[in-house]
Amino acid sequence: MKEKTTNKMSFLNAPNRKRTCLVLLLAAIGALLAGCYPDNPQSTFDATGPVAQSQLTLFWIIFWAAVFVFVVVEGILVYTMIRYRRKPGDGDPHQTHGNTRLEIGWTILPALVLVVVAVPTVFTIFDNANSPDPEGALRVDVVGVQWWWEFTYPDPDDPTQSVVTANELHIPVDEVVNITLDSRDVLHSFWIPKIAGKVDLVPNHKNTMWIKGEETGHFYAQCAEFCGESHALMRFRVIVESREDFDAWLESERRDAIEPTDPLALEGKAIFEGPQAQCWSCHTIKGTRSQGKIGPDLTHVGRRTHIAAGVRENTQDNLREWISDPNAIKPGNIMSVQGQVYNDPTLKLSDAQISALVRYLQGLQ
Amino acid sequence: MTTLSIPLPKRPSHPTGILDWITTIDHKKIGILYGVTAFIMFLTGGIEALYMRVQLSSPEATLVSPEVFNQLFTMHATTMIFLGVMPMGAAFFNYIVPLQIGARDVAFPRLNAFSYWTFLFGALILKLSWFLGGAPNAGWFGYSPITGLEYNPGHGIDFWILSLQVLGIASLAAAFNFIVTILNMRAPGMSLMRLPLFTWMTLVTAFLLILAFPVITVALIELLFDRFYETNFFVTEAGANPLLWQHLFWIFGHPEVYILILPAMGIVSEILPTFSKKPLFGYPVIVLSGVIIGFMGWMVWSHHMFTVGLGPVANSVFAITTMAIAVPTGVKIFNWIGTMWGGSISLKTPMLFAIGFIALFIVGGLSGVMHASAASDAQQQDTYFVVAHIHYVLFGGAIFALFAGIYYWFPKIYGRFLDERLGQVNFWLMFIGMNVAFFPMHFLGLDGMPRRVYTYPENMGWDFWNLISTIGAFVLGLGVLIFMVNFIKSVRNGEVASADPWDGRTLEWSIPSPPPHYNFVTIPTVHDRDAWWVQKRERIPAVPVAGSSADDHEEHHDIHLPQPSYWPLVTALGLFIGAYGLLYTIDIGSITRVPVVAIIGGAITIVGIAAWALEPINEPDESTEHH
Repeated sequence: MKEKTTNKMSFLNAPNRKRTCLVLLLAAIGALLAGCYPDNPQSTFDATGPVAQSQLTLFWIIFWAAVFVFVVVEGILVYTMIRYRRKPGDGDPHQTHGNTRLEIGWTILPALVLVVVAVPTVFTIFDNANSPDPEGALRVDVVGVQWWWEFTYPDPDDPTQSVVTANELHIPVDEVVNITLDSRDVLHSFWIPKIAGKVDLVPNHKNTMWIKGEETGHFYAQCAEFCGESHALMRFRVIVESREDFDAWLESERRDAIEPTDPLALEGKAIFEGPQAQCWSCHTIKGTRSQGKIGPDLTHVGRRTHIAAGVRENTQDNLREWISDPNAIKPGNIMSVQGQVYNDPTLKLSDAQISALVRYLQGLQ
Repeated sequence: MTTLSIPLPKRPSHPTGILDWITTIDHKKIGILYGVTAFIMFLTGGIEALYMRVQLSSPEATLVSPEVFNQLFTMHATTMIFLGVMPMGAAFFNYIVPLQIGARDVAFPRLNAFSYWTFLFGALILKLSWFLGGAPNAGWFGYSPITGLEYNPGHGIDFWILSLQVLGIASLAAAFNFIVTILNMRAPGMSLMRLPLFTWMTLVTAFLLILAFPVITVALIELLFDRFYETNFFVTEAGANPLLWQHLFWIFGHPEVYILILPAMGIVSEILPTFSKKPLFGYPVIVLSGVIIGFMGWMVWSHHMFTVGLGPVANSVFAITTMAIAVPTGVKIFNWIGTMWGGSISLKTPMLFAIGFIALFIVGGLSGVMHASAASDAQQQDTYFVVAHIHYVLFGGAIFALFAGIYYWFPKIYGRFLDERLGQVNFWLMFIGMNVAFFPMHFLGLDGMPRRVYTYPENMGWDFWNLISTIGAFVLGLGVLIFMVNFIKSVRNGEVASADPWDGRTLEWSIPSPPPHYNFVTIPTVHDRDAWWVQKRERIPAVPVAGSSADDHEEHHDIHLPQPSYWPLVTALGLFIGAYGLLYTIDIGSITRVPVVAIIGGAITIVGIAAWALEPINEPDESTEHH
């Protein structure tokens, strides 16, 4: 039939061909692995909790099955393309119309490969859906808001002792945490790549999930469902810490805000609660007259590592910039759209007033 | 007998120039109109994509604002799906299907023209939104409640709703037309199991269209009523569950994916046999798997909703059905390779694109199986991994096949070849560009980059692959540019093509290139699958061989063809005015918010339909002369 290779293909003659293929294959696998950086803050290849681990294990099972199918099928495709290339003087090839046995074979074979994938898939779906400790474990209620996160640690015995915080989720290491998910406006999705795959926050449709962090540290997390103008900036951090640290944190979060002592901070407090800025109408600072429910609870905002939902580090300069012009940092956010100091030029905060506010907020440890 | 004496303008005869194009009901001209319009839309969608790629090429870039970025990705997807790939498929349905089944036109030529004009107007409603206060900004999926008035008071979403409604009318009209055409207008002897594969896939696609579009129509009407008339279908403050929209959208949206890919599979199933000089391997199985894919496309919609909280049972069921759909897809791929196996393969540009389609579709299929695994998908959903997947199936898949189709049928349509050398350059630029642009998105997704973000911070480790991806996008763009050069050059000066330049297998190659307006001098009789190949090779005498030089210039005055008409355009124009008109209302006395412009548009459409119905088949004085 077709014994000789044409000139065009001579670079692919037998000994070289094997080497070329091997080099190409290694290069391809190298490129594949080069793409996976477990070090990246949101890499799914560095699973530090059982949920993310089970999802990663499943990924690898399917990945290697896919690599197998890819190599075999693309290999046959390329081989066929080269092997049966038309040569001058070729007549019509044999007009084969099909081969029932072959066709049944390549219907059943992929089905079998899929069974290999389907069985662990179903097991993992159920494992991840059902919390290993539905009753006893710590519960956190998550509410998504354009474009930040509210975390409530309910106290079933005494609701007044519940802790409300924002954008930084503290959890104890090696413990199951049950999460409820709700949204105050549009759809959002709760995703901590290194700890658990995402579950959506759907208004009027409460979801639940469970997570467990097995390494202490700060983990990056981000909203994964498009939620409007600043969807890209709806981030948060998960702080996995020892039980002692967690308890200490929770205990201090429960406390009312620290009453400022230095004059600048006191001035800041007055502005916060005053008629010009009216920060109090949207933000809560426990133990003060500020009891607004629209924006994040700021009772202990000075202790957070980040502001504006994981977008900026919590430094004096960043906080100043944020209060001066929040729209520049997070376009479309409610504070800049509705806050009167940002819309009425006569009410605009002076630099001195902003300095006072920054001092007050940073003092809220 | 009484005659109606309404003074209607005469049916145009011998129109030339622009009037010819706007009154034509010739399926071939309509096909070209569809193709050119779809390509222009494809370019606009590509420009939108390049804007996004530049914005994302480095962290914290500021080329576009977040609001514009959100409009860009919404418009890019809506454009590519509804204004690019679907109508490009329709271009081939129009041009090729009647030729493949041995017909002189589609069943309803004026309805066909109406479909085109309605599509054009629908496209304009969408694209003009850029200049009328802002494009839609909620994604092509328009998830509730962000499309509601409360979160989206601008008119972008209104344009999106109205455009999709108008486009839906175009699609439905075309789908009914092609079903009737394919079922009723086949040449004698062309049984269903002798239909060319492209025609088969057109038939399946048309059925999907008429079943899928009503679902999105209902959803869009509900949303439109929410926005225009204060209903509460999707208003969460009134207790609506946003998952209703998601179900409705994806019950439409998943079959829609197959509406995009099945015509592509049909094109590839024509090209592989021709350039391998072998019949399609396992024709019945390929047909059947196409039908099964079309059928199973209805059982998998919730795999777009694995993270919305449907519960483990639903997720498991949809994971399994989704994996199962890989089986008929795999069967097709194996049968295509079986077609090439043992063949005499010519790697001309159409074949390169067709093989490129298979190679890239395999990658997209495999990442599709990864998403099908609901638990694993929890990490991939809404990340760039999914963006990679959809571009492998829709760009590497559908668009590569459409380019294959353009290179394949161009000689038939224009009687000239597209330049082969430019074609090869075109292919390799697009093939390399596509992989450089979209493969790194797999890495980005698995490294935690969500989709639909207008920016990302520096320390995330996403800079490098984003930059590479942007470079790939520009290589891809260069490939498309080469295609345009090739097209413009070859339409006028390309190498002249014979009636049957590829040694084709189906009936379109039995008539001259370009085909005469009546297509077939004599309707052929079909004796087997691959009717023209069998006829050529076995020299069946029963069918007069058309395309001989004598036929090329001969006038066939005895062939009856319907005359051009103004009314499809007028009817469509009424819809256009009517759709826009819904946005503008006035108060008349105590009746508030009367959509006067919409009423005028509706009236134009009704007049158009009435005049259309009353239009004589031919003007009496024209009945003796047709050419």
